[in-house]
Amino acid sequence: MSHHSLRLPAGGTDLDRARPLSFTFAGRRLQGFAGDSLASALLASGQRVLARSFKYHRPRGLWGFGPEEPNTILDVRFADGRHDPNARATLVPLEDGMVVGTVHGWPSAQHDLYGFVDRLHPLIPAGFYYKTFMRPSWHLFEPRIRKMAGLGVVPDQSEKLQRAQRHAQVPLVVVGAGPAGLAAARAAALAGLEVMLVDDQPRPGGQLLTDPVAIDGQPGDAWAAAVIAELAAHPKVTLLPDTTALGIFDHGLLVLAERRRLPRGFAPERLWKVRAGQVILATGAIERPLVFPDNDRPGVMSAFAARSYLARHGVLAGRHPVVLTGNAAGRRTAELLAAAGAEPVIVDLRADSPPHPEFPTYAGAVVTAVHGRKGVTGVRVEPLSGGSATEIACDLVAVAGGWTPSLHLHMHAGGRLRFEETIDAFVPEGPAGAVRTVGAANGAFATADCLVQGHQAGLLAASADLALPAPVAEPEPAWTQAVWRKLDRPKARQWVDYQHDVTAKDIELAVQENFVSVEHLKRYTTLGMATDQGKTSNLNGLGLLAQRLDRPVAEVGTTTFRPPYTPFSLAGVAGSRLGSLLSPLRLLPAYREHQRQGAVFEDYGGWWRPACYPKGGEGRQAAIEREVLATRSGVALFDGSPLGKIELKGRDAGSFLDRLYYHRLSDLKPGRIRYVFLLTEHGKVYDDGVVARLAEDHFLLSPSSSHAAGVHAIVEEWRQTGWPELEVIATNVTTAWATYAVTGPKARRVVERLPLPVDLSAAALPHMGFCQTELAGVPLRIARVSFTGELSFELSVPAAYGPALYRRLEELGAPEGMVPLGSEALLVLRAEKGYVLVGRDTDGNTEPQDLGFTAPLRTKQHDFVGRRSLQRVASREAGRLELVGLRNTVPDEPIPTGAHMFIRDEAGNRKSRGYVTSAYRSPTLGRPIALAILADGRALQEQGAEVDLFHLDRTYRARVVSPVFYDPAGERLRG
Amino acid sequence: MLSIACPWCGPRDETEFRFGVEAAVRRPLPDTADDRAWADYLFFRENRRGRQQELWCHGAGCGQWFLVDRDTVTHEIHGTSVLPGHPSAEGRRAGPAEAPAGHDAPAPSEAVLGGAGEAA
Repeated sequence: MSHHSLRLPAGGTDLDRARPLSFTFAGRRLQGFAGDSLASALLASGQRVLARSFKYHRPRGLWGFGPEEPNTILDVRFADGRHDPNARATLVPLEDGMVVGTVHGWPSAQHDLYGFVDRLHPLIPAGFYYKTFMRPSWHLFEPRIRKMAGLGVVPDQSEKLQRAQRHAQVPLVVVGAGPAGLAAARAAALAGLEVMLVDDQPRPGGQLLTDPVAIDGQPGDAWAAAVIAELAAHPKVTLLPDTTALGIFDHGLLVLAERRRLPRGFAPERLWKVRAGQVILATGAIERPLVFPDNDRPGVMSAFAARSYLARHGVLAGRHPVVLTGNAAGRRTAELLAAAGAEPVIVDLRADSPPHPEFPTYAGAVVTAVHGRKGVTGVRVEPLSGGSATEIACDLVAVAGGWTPSLHLHMHAGGRLRFEETIDAFVPEGPAGAVRTVGAANGAFATADCLVQGHQAGLLAASADLALPAPVAEPEPAWTQAVWRKLDRPKARQWVDYQHDVTAKDIELAVQENFVSVEHLKRYTTLGMATDQGKTSNLNGLGLLAQRLDRPVAEVGTTTFRPPYTPFSLAGVAGSRLGSLLSPLRLLPAYREHQRQGAVFEDYGGWWRPACYPKGGEGRQAAIEREVLATRSGVALFDGSPLGKIELKGRDAGSFLDRLYYHRLSDLKPGRIRYVFLLTEHGKVYDDGVVARLAEDHFLLSPSSSHAAGVHAIVEEWRQTGWPELEVIATNVTTAWATYAVTGPKARRVVERLPLPVDLSAAALPHMGFCQTELAGVPLRIARVSFTGELSFELSVPAAYGPALYRRLEELGAPEGMVPLGSEALLVLRAEKGYVLVGRDTDGNTEPQDLGFTAPLRTKQHDFVGRRSLQRVASREAGRLELVGLRNTVPDEPIPTGAHMFIRDEAGNRKSRGYVTSAYRSPTLGRPIALAILADGRALQEQGAEVDLFHLDRTYRARVVSPVFYDPAGERLRG
Repeated sequence: MLSIACPWCGPRDETEFRFGVEAAVRRPLPDTADDRAWADYLFFRENRRGRQQELWCHGAGCGQWFLVDRDTVTHEIHGTSVLPGHPSAEGRRAGPAEAPAGHDAPAPSEAVLGGAGEAA
């Protein structure tokens, strides 16, 4: 099929004919000009079938001009390597070297082997997947059906695209640079208000670019250019062309997507978040299709789009057009097309429409059939009052169905609507707070009215009393709109929603099945749910529903419009929050020392920490085992800097801690440390940690690394809102101190080599003791706490001195063969001692008694957070998951983490009675160990019971033992 | 995204804050609270449709807790203020914390005090 060019030799206000461009579409090389959109270039090339519809695979062509375009979604590869798999052709500026393909239809939209699906349409109406294809199972058909639907293929590779986002605070934002918006922005700026003007086109003017009604004595598009020049020179005006307002959110927040072409690697859109004091919406109106048989064929186009492609791109969409209309736009369209050399025929729904002096006019008639499956070849026209049909040969059907005001942003802002019968459309009912709508979006279709409304709104926004005259447009005839719903021909297929392939019959079906609410209609038929959000289909659908229910449209109402107004890229949402800017990794003060030691780093709760330090080519497991054994037999050095550190000071610090923690702390002596739990008000263990008392009024809390910030937040909440009368302040100093643990039986030998003025003997600084001292003039804190179960000294210095201390300790430890200890080995060491990791060996239900800590509940007099909850019956009931150890009965079969202990119920089904929380190979004991929380675990432990466990289709057997596998008496700690 | 005026830092985006609790919630006296009263405190909230006082924390800013008067339907914020009894200078000026009418427990501080400093 040959395609002849529809481009006129001259004309097209957007074009730069001196710059021809070439591109490829469906394998064919085509030409265009700078200033073309992909859509206008394709239209000019004579290509008619540009897509296949979503459900029925019907051939489709170009309908519209802007973001409302429902059909022409294409796969675009740019010359610089960018790839947009679902670009709307009307929004893509043509670039040289583009390679464009269709997104639906196999092998292509032009020749689609799935085209036969259209003949199956009686089987696949709206909601078919609840009725047909159900037996024997929907899942048999689902994959096939999913393959046949869909618009586009996701690219294989994702690009790491970034774009910094912008934030602004502006007293007035005007959305839309058509006549109303320009008048508003100009008036407000002249009145001295700071204004931001946003428009989704690269050139200002809106409708004026297509229909340049004369304003203040010059053509409308020239007037628009002059106003923009004036505003661009104004210091208080920000212009954002090529920017779509995606939505309005609470408290005047506008989100905008600005499209500025940048090289590869940058996201196609930059997001703006603007807090607007006031908003003027001049968002215009979108032309509505008419619903008649086969109104979806390629070559059926919006009349506004036909005029726009002619005026702005010099493309004559058809030499023999039929203009189907119900308002004055039809006449104007016919005249403009004729002036470019076409021979139009007018079909007017209005019976009283006077015949046009130059073109054949069929008044009181409608199109009842469109011929030409892959491109319009002719139509059938019939009088509405009955009578014989006429066949007319044509190559274009330009449809002027009326205007639908764009109310989306008004509704985002919580605005109300009313139905305006004269234009058969909804308009805003008053402003939505500080958001006011003007112009065509407000139902005013005459340019003169748009200018006045915009001008007045601009002055109002500036609270100005200026005697500034509004711009004046040449008068236009009054707007009348024929009300049309559909042809009353039940067998005909009349399309309502192009993108989701919804017909008038689907709406009828929905009503038959009692889906009569507009919300149900939408969801049952999927009308208005495609990526075009029903911009061309919502109102027609509502009209049909209202007609069918015999109720006024105002009563039927609309569904809710929600952001975004048009689809936009996730890369734009992410902005530059990628990689380390999204999730910054925190580095240890001694990071470089660990690197030097050959550490393998991993992310532990946001900290980049050494997992292990493989030496001499050994593998990870070998390194871990070596580090464990070295700690047990010699001495090791561990970087514990991420450990939480919260300083609590004040006269009431002790009372405060008594009320907050499970354990009593006011009786802790200065220089002593206690292991404590912090509970939630529900009695669940939130964190474990240690608290050291430095002085009467000074404590140091040490929550676990992963809970440091959380515990600080809890401390602050109780301090500020729970017990504000207590005299206490808290400071999170976690990152202000570097902490290193020297741990192992030889630890003291190493630490005593530091020139410290304190006695580090077991008598002077016993286990769970704390002291503050100085090293070379730098504060040094020493805590005798151990997470390994060996003799340990935790040394803390201000973080800046961390690396120096670390290096010093390495030197002092070298004669003892001290090794660096990684986090993975630490996990094994602590498990051998039965030390829990809250959140791993506990779940959201674990209470202190489940871990064996019952004393404070019995003996502590003061109320503390969570105490009342521990008094519940459920806290004392049998069956609670309790911490135990497991010893596998088959020596070479370690029990995996996550294995569930089970019993069988009467029906023989497995019932979980707890699970394994931590499991490792213990090099110290030479066999696997596991910690678990099991129902009535301690009773099982006392009995030495053997239990069954299940994991990934395998069962295991183990004996329940004490969770303390190594040195149960804790002698090695107290050295 | 709401814009919330922290009493110390001024208007900031919602993402800098954390919602805490409805301001009317009071911790019952644990010693005398029956299971029902304690469960109400833990699990039940008025969930008012309309205007209510709430406690919010400026977590990504000054870290202070304060009161917000917000309409849960329209999200309009009618005002923010310092918590009476808050340990800041402004909080002390705003006066001591008071239990609202209808709750038999006074402010939490008194409820849990019950003999500070006595031996366990």
